[in-house]
Amino acid sequence: MDSKDYLKDISAIKDLMNKSSKFISLSGLSGVFAGIYSLIGAAYYYFNVQQPSNNNLILTKDIVSSITIIILLVGFATTITTFYFTSIRSKTTNEKAWNSASKNLAISFSTSLYIGVLYIAILYFKEEYTYIIALLLLFYGLGLINASKYTTNIVKPLGVIEVIIGLLCIIYPQQSFWFWVVGFGIVHVIYGGLIYYKYDKKEN
Amino acid sequence: MKNIILNINKAFDNRIRLGIMSILVVTESADFKKLKELLGVTDGNLASHAKALEKVNYIKIEKQFINRKPNTKYYASELGKQEFKKHINALEKIIKYI
Repeated sequence: MDSKDYLKDISAIKDLMNKSSKFISLSGLSGVFAGIYSLIGAAYYYFNVQQPSNNNLILTKDIVSSITIIILLVGFATTITTFYFTSIRSKTTNEKAWNSASKNLAISFSTSLYIGVLYIAILYFKEEYTYIIALLLLFYGLGLINASKYTTNIVKPLGVIEVIIGLLCIIYPQQSFWFWVVGFGIVHVIYGGLIYYKYDKKEN
Repeated sequence: MKNIILNINKAFDNRIRLGIMSILVVTESADFKKLKELLGVTDGNLASHAKALEKVNYIKIEKQFINRKPNTKYYASELGKQEFKKHINALEKIIKYI
């Protein structure tokens, strides 16, 4: 073997390690449902919580508590749904749903997200509500970017989009509701749908 | 230079065996089908190279039945992981010297 062969060996090793440590069973449908849950949450807020008589919406503790419950429910439903679709898809991709790659994926995603959630919780108890949605979008996007190294390259662009929407939301926090609708709702439905038709369907 | 060459492991002197080890050191385990897909080799080829690695105790092979179908699982042993690391370090050094 000469030096060229050794170089080839190393690049083959790198390629195989990369391929085998990535989790490929995420389903586009998880994204679609995450979006739908977010839109349901938004609709509930729009018709039941928000007081339309108030032109200048003031975030009282009551309103924020309802928002928090909505966010938690949406997050919970999304988590369950993601586990469900992942376990189904892992049968087609012949990958174990809970392997070292998906563990890494879950850990790197939730680390960023939970730091954000703690930050938001601190703001909540300090009764500073202005940037809650913006920060949620921002840290969610960071979680996705952070996790993207353990999965196919479809997750990173979504993370970048969420971060941009989060930053815009920090500039216009009074429009947080619509940033939620777009960032968590519409973007997820469209992006998840595209992924579903481009990848999931092809393999079935 | 001679010391480095000594660390080049003959057991890994083959692309497929090297491939099997590369996959097994980053995953807990892999079954026959997954290895075959990732490496793009034939059944017989993979089986004989896996056997060669098992013979020197670098990997462990576990045979079981899932839904009555035979399923073979491969793991890297501690020894295999160590030897692989040594081999990679040697490769790295050789490239540095060139």
